[in-house]
Amino acid sequence: MVQLLFFYFAFVVIALGLRIVTCKNPVHSVLLMLVLFFHMAGFYLLLNAEFLAAVQIIVYAGAILVLYLFVLFLVNLKEEVRMSPFIEKGKWLGIVGALALFVTFLRGVKSFTLGPHGTYTIEKVQQLTHTKAMGEAVYTTYILPFEIAGIILLVAVVGGLALAKREKKGA
Amino acid sequence: MELLWILIKIIIVFAVVMLHVMYATYFERKVIGHMQVRMGPMRVGPHGILQPIADGLKLFFKEDIIPTVADKKVFYAAPLICLISALSAVAVIPFFQGFAIANINIGLLYIFAMSSLASYGVVLAGWSSNSKYSFLGGLRSSAQVISYEIAMGLSLVGVMMLAGSLNLTDIVNAQMSSSWKIYLIPQIIGFFVFVVAMLAETNRTPFDLPEAESELVAGYCTEYSGMRFALFFMAEYIGMIIMSCLAVVCFLGGWSGPFEVPGIPFFWFLLKVYFFIFFYYWVRATLPRYRYDQLMALGWKVLIPLALFNIVLTGTIKSLFG
Repeated sequence: MVQLLFFYFAFVVIALGLRIVTCKNPVHSVLLMLVLFFHMAGFYLLLNAEFLAAVQIIVYAGAILVLYLFVLFLVNLKEEVRMSPFIEKGKWLGIVGALALFVTFLRGVKSFTLGPHGTYTIEKVQQLTHTKAMGEAVYTTYILPFEIAGIILLVAVVGGLALAKREKKGA
Repeated sequence: MELLWILIKIIIVFAVVMLHVMYATYFERKVIGHMQVRMGPMRVGPHGILQPIADGLKLFFKEDIIPTVADKKVFYAAPLICLISALSAVAVIPFFQGFAIANINIGLLYIFAMSSLASYGVVLAGWSSNSKYSFLGGLRSSAQVISYEIAMGLSLVGVMMLAGSLNLTDIVNAQMSSSWKIYLIPQIIGFFVFVVAMLAETNRTPFDLPEAESELVAGYCTEYSGMRFALFFMAEYIGMIIMSCLAVVCFLGGWSGPFEVPGIPFFWFLLKVYFFIFFYYWVRATLPRYRYDQLMALGWKVLIPLALFNIVLTGTIKSLFG
């Protein structure tokens, strides 16, 4: 049953991903992206990561994608824009780059081990509930990376404000 | 067998919610009528009691008009997104001890996720209709919902901290075993922020700018008619019911009451939810509409800082005395 669900999610995510890049109408792309995010949340649910699944929907679908929609409406492009490539022979560079990435991933897949890692077994996560387990890990073991991520986000916020803020005339 | 029981539960809850939606419209017209010294609907049945059925039949048989320049697929999908996201949120609400269609650990987050999806239905309805009024209504609504969702989420963090859980049933049980019995008293700031955000989140007066009829005709659903319009209408009322349920579960102790009512375990729950629905109408009959910049200023400059202050306060008190 779980495997069937996994293959369903995987198939839909890949198919939708292809459809999103080939879709002519950007608003349709955004709608398909919404469906894609739901299937991504499905993966998290299969992994007993219910908190991540909810956050995936709230943050990505509920906030970021809506902002994309706003941007699309503001620039109001009905059809895709065609541009000449920045780099001559860019196509071949792209193919080589993609192949290199593919080989790297293929090699990387080997080092994956199945099953849960570390002290958090499935039973423990289920008993603690995923939200609590994740909170404990983030605020104790991984407090430093968590704070660093927070500071990076803060820098982005300040940068956005500095870009958006206009100097007052005569000041 | 378990699956069958879940199916039966879904059918019961669906029927009850739909019935409530029908009579919420009647109740609204009656309450506002009496507040404005009118009678409200009186013609269909005694005291107009059959009015919702007449309205439903009318909407059902009305011609469904689709603008020729509309984006058809999105136009069809938008009301469905609204209604489905509203209805799916009902699944996690515990009506009494042990009765929720799905008793999941992230119940509160699930409701946020579903209510954030409703803004898609609205903004896409506005865009796909290809009309100025619809488009402006859709944009206003989604900007408003996104802004107030932050305030609403933050206002409930205090409740999560006190209860130590995101499971709605656990939240109610934690309230019953706490010394205050309801979180309304220790979380009074959170409750205030929640109630204001609740009105804005469901696009109701005084925050009903997306459908401000004097400037935008009917906002995002201007171009919709017949059954498709009814879907938006239903989604709005289901949204109100869900927000009322959430307020009852998180702040007013859910199904618990001063004494047990034998045979009706959901008595207090329904009573409290009806109070909140009445409150919606009361506010609508009392307050004028906000201006758009006032609405945004209220959300970002008052409610969000207040909610953050509430989180810090709750954290401090809990770490000192809890």
